[in-house]
Amino acid sequence: MQFMLLFSRQGKLRLQKWYVPLSDKEKKKITRELVQTVLARKPKMCSFLEWRDLKIVYKRYASLYFCCAIEDQDNELITLEIIHRYVELLDKYFGSVCELDIIFNFEKAYFILDEFLLGGEVQETSKKNVLKAIEQADLLQEKTEAMYHSKSFIGSKKAY
Amino acid sequence: MGACFGQCLGASVGYSLATRSACDGPGVFRGRWTCRILGKSKEAEIKRINKELANIRSKFKGDKALDGYSKKKYVCKLLFIFLLGHDIDFGHMEAVNLLSSNRYTEKQIGYLFISVLVNSNSELIRLINNAVKNDLASRNPSFMGLALHCIANVGSREMAEAFAADVPRILVAGDTMDSVKQSAALCLLRLYRTSPDLVPMGDWTSRVVHLLNDQHLGVVTAATSLITTLAQKNPEEFKTSVSLAVSRLSRIVTSASTDLQDYTYYFVPAPWLSVKLLRLLQCYPPPDPAVRGRLTECLETILNKAQEPPKSKKVQHSNAKNAVLFEAISLIIHHDSEPNLLVRACNQLGQFLQHRETNLRYLALESMCTLASSEFSHEAVKTHIETVINALKTERDVSVRQRAVDLLYAMCDRSNAQQIVAEMLSYLETADYSIREEIVLKVAILAEKYAVDYTWYVDTILNLIRIAGDYVSEEVWYRVIQIVINRDDVQGYAAKTVFEALQAPACHENLVKVGGYILGEFGNLIAGDPRSSPLIQFDLLHSKFHLCGAPTRALLLSTYIKFVNLFPEVKTTIQDVLRSDSQLRNADVELQQRAVEYLRLSTVASTDILATVLEEMPPFPERESSILAKLKKKKGPSTVMDLEEAKRERGSDVNGGPEPAPAGASAASTPSPSADLLGLGAAPPVPAGPPPSSGGLLVDVFSDSPSAVAPLAPGSEDNFARFVCKNNGVLFENQLLQIGLKSEFRQNLGRMFIFYGNKTSTQFLHFTPTLICSDDLQASLSLQTKPVDPTVDGGAQVQQAVNIECVSDFAEAPVLNIQFRYGGTFQNVSVKLPITLNKFFQPTEMASQDFFQRWKQLSSPQQEVQSIFRAKHPMDTEITKAKIIGFGSALLEEVDPNPANFVGAGIIHTKTTQIGCLLRLEPNLQAQMYRLTLRTSKESVSQRLCELLSEQF
Repeated sequence: MQFMLLFSRQGKLRLQKWYVPLSDKEKKKITRELVQTVLARKPKMCSFLEWRDLKIVYKRYASLYFCCAIEDQDNELITLEIIHRYVELLDKYFGSVCELDIIFNFEKAYFILDEFLLGGEVQETSKKNVLKAIEQADLLQEKTEAMYHSKSFIGSKKAY
Repeated sequence: MGACFGQCLGASVGYSLATRSACDGPGVFRGRWTCRILGKSKEAEIKRINKELANIRSKFKGDKALDGYSKKKYVCKLLFIFLLGHDIDFGHMEAVNLLSSNRYTEKQIGYLFISVLVNSNSELIRLINNAVKNDLASRNPSFMGLALHCIANVGSREMAEAFAADVPRILVAGDTMDSVKQSAALCLLRLYRTSPDLVPMGDWTSRVVHLLNDQHLGVVTAATSLITTLAQKNPEEFKTSVSLAVSRLSRIVTSASTDLQDYTYYFVPAPWLSVKLLRLLQCYPPPDPAVRGRLTECLETILNKAQEPPKSKKVQHSNAKNAVLFEAISLIIHHDSEPNLLVRACNQLGQFLQHRETNLRYLALESMCTLASSEFSHEAVKTHIETVINALKTERDVSVRQRAVDLLYAMCDRSNAQQIVAEMLSYLETADYSIREEIVLKVAILAEKYAVDYTWYVDTILNLIRIAGDYVSEEVWYRVIQIVINRDDVQGYAAKTVFEALQAPACHENLVKVGGYILGEFGNLIAGDPRSSPLIQFDLLHSKFHLCGAPTRALLLSTYIKFVNLFPEVKTTIQDVLRSDSQLRNADVELQQRAVEYLRLSTVASTDILATVLEEMPPFPERESSILAKLKKKKGPSTVMDLEEAKRERGSDVNGGPEPAPAGASAASTPSPSADLLGLGAAPPVPAGPPPSSGGLLVDVFSDSPSAVAPLAPGSEDNFARFVCKNNGVLFENQLLQIGLKSEFRQNLGRMFIFYGNKTSTQFLHFTPTLICSDDLQASLSLQTKPVDPTVDGGAQVQQAVNIECVSDFAEAPVLNIQFRYGGTFQNVSVKLPITLNKFFQPTEMASQDFFQRWKQLSSPQQEVQSIFRAKHPMDTEITKAKIIGFGSALLEEVDPNPANFVGAGIIHTKTTQIGCLLRLEPNLQAQMYRLTLRTSKESVSQRLCELLSEQF
């Protein structure tokens, strides 16, 4: 896989992961082009398209598009399920995940992705194993945070 | 699952967030200010962010040292701002500091910042590497994991230099935790992709192969990706992986859906691993019989499972199952050796062609394209023609229709060409604009390739122009002219047909071009019919004249002068037209010049001269269709070419298909329709399209460079000429790539080093230089070279040695074609490689008397070639001398009675023979001209040396 992009129906990029070295300018150009291309497609259309010399596999979950660029010999259907497994992982971790979870907890979205995919290849497909790694880290974090904070910030999202 | 995502993002956003806020936990500390940023107007957002950035900057610069927690908080905020799409130009140092924190979460944020924001050539790399090194050595699996993720995410050459030795060690160490092993495997994979030269194979490779047997399926999954990539480059070293992969695969496909626990995905056992194992096997030919039997069983099981009723209605189940199935079919096609499996695969895909899932229809069409090229399944694929045609008509998604066009193209052969071409033509009337050009190319190729009857071919192309004239590229109409000129059986029909087509009140300009050209050449074949008498032909063409652009008008003017030659009875009419102010005083220089010259020619030239000048075009040399070349270029190098080649091997290509150019066919000896039709010289090419494309296309179509590769790079000729008299220097340079040469020659042997320099900071991937010689050249010049490493790192230079042997004398030059991937784009560069006949010169010293004696011996007209030309450079004696010596011959002093003249002698060494050469160069300072005379015992040698040397002064 060369890169993965998450963007909203309004075309806002929510998460980007690049597995090939590209300049910022190129990244921006690719993102702009792809977001436009994918958003222009109608709902019932197929999830794959040729783009430059890559294959794009995308799927929409509610307001978010998950979009992967793979190479010619890569398998489209399994990539579609990579997307789904990632959504499942996010969903399990966040309860029932929504776009705002990914905005506010972007770092978690990245950590989960890194446990699942590394260097553009699937590293661990077991949901249990991926989440175990993330949850261990959270335990560590809560411990340290408790040291800093007597007061809890729980509920602050309600203000939004 | 997906619905879940949907629900909480749909109407009930507020609800979902409120009820879940209790479990939000980490990350919330950012909540308040991020909320303030989001949801505001763009200006307000920027204002708020600038304020926040100023705040963070002051914290970082403040006197008070920040504690780890605050540092983490601000670095995280910066990341957030960056991800919103704003630029971040500070905070890198603080992020690097976080790496050495002992707290996991601080370290984690530091690493995240690095992986998102630090590009590979940052100056911070050294500091980062230090921190990574410490974490790798920490023996804390969580820290090691973070460090490995960081290496894999950044993946720069510096990282490869620092860690390429450590990572394999961690990977195969006995006490490494499984999760660390997984990260290490993929980390190594990334480093290998970045810098394969830094990851030497070693003892660890055999142990990596045995990871395929690991207990932990996650480890096997990660290791399989690594092994696949390594095996592609080092098949020998990883050969043993084949049997291990087969047995692993066999265990998976035969396992019950619950056996693999968490590795079963919607009732499909380990689909990701299965796909990867099948990919790995595609790096190798079919295995030995023992293993092969087991593999065949696996593949059959997979095919059988496709027929079983689904275990779940969920799309995830069918996707995962079919992902494995498609990969298995890819392997079957790759092996291309089991007719039974191939036909079963084809039938399975046939079922998918009518599946209600668009995705499956798309993939089935795509996969069948490759099946069509196998001799075992070509016929089976053809049975689905009606379904595919139906898909073309009914699919609602253009990308699926595109696949259908591809498949029709792939399954086309002589038996169904007429039907497929007709269907494609009728689809073209309603086809999406985005794919019209490609369809036009495909129709043009098929029509040419499978034409039994060239009248059908002519009709098809004219139909193409009628239906989609705007999408008919120059290559297509050039090609129809080439074919009509080369086949006299179709010329009369072509003239009649274009004449009829031109009668339409509105016809496409491309039709006017084809019509103008064909009537100009073959209008006489239909002139006997009173309905298409010369005057009627002329009036018809001229009625279109004013509706056309300048290039077409230029072409029509040439047609008119040809008419003057063909039909003396319309001469005065045409002269009147040429004489009119709108021609003679045309603002367009090209048109004006043509009008003036043609008018003059028609007045002063005798009929004989006119007939000679305007003689019928000679046949074009047969060569690979330039349209095919264009299609290949459009589709990228792999797919189309493979199919074509496979088909050619199968021998179904009755029309001979692409052929190399015949002997001695050079651009100069073959007048092209684009060069001035009269050969009057001064005028630039006629039917040149819009300026940006014309140059390239013309080179592509009419030069003799092999058309499958890029047209020669601009300036290539000049550079080529510079190397005639020298051996070292820069041959080519653009923004990405520099090519340098160093060469030495002795007698009939030579060795050339080609240096490819990557001028960018980004890797070139799939870097493949290829030397291309025409068949003729191959017979007289033998070139041997080894492939270079397919990855060229940013700033790096790789060298390639070419061993050269001159077998017999030659006139062409090999073409060096370089293809590579830079970033996401495919690059294709062609340059002429300066291996010229004079390189095999050995100088010979001789006295004046000897020289003139030999000079006289070589006095027959075939042995002497002379050229008189104007000096292109200042006429400096010393430079001239240096050039003659650089050219390879001895410079003989005091031989010529006129001291201003230069005289040289030498012997051209080829494997088969040696050819003595004498040369004499006489400068004329007043006229700024030279006269160059070459005398050798072989005409072609005299000719070639004269050509080469006369370009030098």
